[in-house]
Amino acid sequence: MLSGMADFRIDEGDPAVLRPSGDWTLERFARLQPRLDGARAASRIGGIDLSGTGRMDSAGALLIARLLHRNGLGMDAVAGASEAQRALLAATLATLDQPVAHPRPPHWSDLFAHAGAATLELVAQGRRLLAFIGEVLTVLPGVLVRPRRWRPVSVAHHIEQTGLDAMPIVALLSFMVGAVITFLGAVVLRDFGAAVFAVELVAFSFLREFGVLLAAILLAGRTASAFTAQIGAMKAREEIDAIRTLGMDPIEILVLPRLLALLLVVPLLTFVAMAAGILGGLVICATSLEISPAMFLARFQDTFELRHFLVGIAKAPVFAVVIGLIGCLEGFKVEGSAESVGQRTTSSVVQSIFLVILLDAVFALVFQELGL
Amino acid sequence: MTAPGPDHAIEVRGLDSRFGSQVVHQGLDLEVRRGEILGVVGGSGSGKSVLMRSIVGLRRPDAGQVKVFGQDLAALSGPERRAVERRFGVLFQDGALFSSLTVGENVQVPLRELHPELDPLQLELLSDLKVVLAGLPEAAGDKFPSQLSGGMRKRAALARALALDPDILFLDEPTAGLDPIGAAAFDALLRTLRDALGLTVFLITHDLDTLYAICDRVAVIAERRVLVNAPLAEVERFDHPWVRDYFHGPRGRAARSAARPG
Repeated sequence: MLSGMADFRIDEGDPAVLRPSGDWTLERFARLQPRLDGARAASRIGGIDLSGTGRMDSAGALLIARLLHRNGLGMDAVAGASEAQRALLAATLATLDQPVAHPRPPHWSDLFAHAGAATLELVAQGRRLLAFIGEVLTVLPGVLVRPRRWRPVSVAHHIEQTGLDAMPIVALLSFMVGAVITFLGAVVLRDFGAAVFAVELVAFSFLREFGVLLAAILLAGRTASAFTAQIGAMKAREEIDAIRTLGMDPIEILVLPRLLALLLVVPLLTFVAMAAGILGGLVICATSLEISPAMFLARFQDTFELRHFLVGIAKAPVFAVVIGLIGCLEGFKVEGSAESVGQRTTSSVVQSIFLVILLDAVFALVFQELGL
Repeated sequence: MTAPGPDHAIEVRGLDSRFGSQVVHQGLDLEVRRGEILGVVGGSGSGKSVLMRSIVGLRRPDAGQVKVFGQDLAALSGPERRAVERRFGVLFQDGALFSSLTVGENVQVPLRELHPELDPLQLELLSDLKVVLAGLPEAAGDKFPSQLSGGMRKRAALARALALDPDILFLDEPTAGLDPIGAAAFDALLRTLRDALGLTVFLITHDLDTLYAICDRVAVIAERRVLVNAPLAEVERFDHPWVRDYFHGPRGRAARSAARPG
């Protein structure tokens, strides 16, 4: 008898007898399963003789138990098995009576179901966001009139995390975008002999649009995701439920400090982004366009209009609310799994960036109509 | 202490475990015999889980030696070490199931990874076997861990631990948080599996009923070492205040009289 190589022989007779040989283990399962299940005489097997079998683990036992089960045989059809093998076979055989549920395999028509579900989800998400805004607005006045409940420590912590720590990246990015815009503008304007208008171009665009937009998009990526992950992890570990059962309001404890911090931080970061972008323009003008910093500043002062700055900075609190609310709301939607935290974080970044740009476009139209 | 021999599945010699200045184990010796269910008890914070992590290789001992099947894990090369580790099945305290996969897929993870030759049907056959062996009901197979109760999660984690037919099963408080009926069923299941699969079981528990119901021997960890490692009857008679309080307190007496009526 070859030990190691797992094999079997079916002795024809009445009934046929299966004689497995070698080690019937998991390593051989992939090879043995189709051979044994596909054997022509398999359905006529009425007895199994294990006397020539080496080691057997639960995978090997599963093969033999399935054969017994299919042919309607019991343990008394098994001969030559050791005590341990009998116990293993009996335990395995007992499992085969119980079916196990499996997820349905994917089908092409699921595509339509996905599309439908996504559409419904979009509507539901809009309603949830509105409901959440309402919830926050009902909690907010009660907290605002009672300075004891302002949680200054928590607010300061979030100001540091979302504002101070984000300042270098906001400044650097705005500086670079400002430089690029100035350079591109100057290349076009030079053909008309109007290179000096690059100053107005960078100042106008950063004060009105790019300063606030860059700050908001960066915070949407940086802060909305952080809020979702923080609150989501708390949700997954039932900490939110604990807050509720302790008689406290998770919106007051978790959402308001974050929202207040963002309301303070986004206008400040917007200002930093505006300054850094214009500085980027100044540096490019000085190095490649032969417009000296003094000339740049003089021109900037001549053409500066306060309304551009106000139009830009007025959008900052709105974007702050959008980023803060979506970040927190998505956090509350996390369910038990690690995957869910990832999905919600992605969704919070996508939604907040989308809404920031959408609202910015709406603002542009409104201000245009108002002639500001 | 008995002489080291091939009948020992696990042998720990002179194990030291330290976290900064905090000493958890000092000169700890322990052996687990092949095919036995060893219950490991000790107060909270006495280092039971740390001992388990040291044996399965998740934590490097600060001193001393851990031998599994006569091989020192720390001295083995990567592939040899993984070959030994494949003979372990570990059930962590909270189950540690992969939350993004269904129960059936959780069981299939190690099978897929180590046996790429198995086709989907075969994977399903093998995972179904383990799911039912672990005592899970039919509907549990396509559920996600977050949809299961605590007891079911324990069983699902056991099913995954059994996926590769381990030789040694490490269980960290498997019956904690289960109702008494569920805990008793888990005990019975464990014994059936041990008898059927020839497992060696390293069982950390606070559950006195489990100790009386299924453990062949009990190791008591206190004072940074294994105080006593012997059959339960001997451990009960061991003269040490903690052991006395543990086995002869009201809960200990209740569990003993339940296990040995009359």
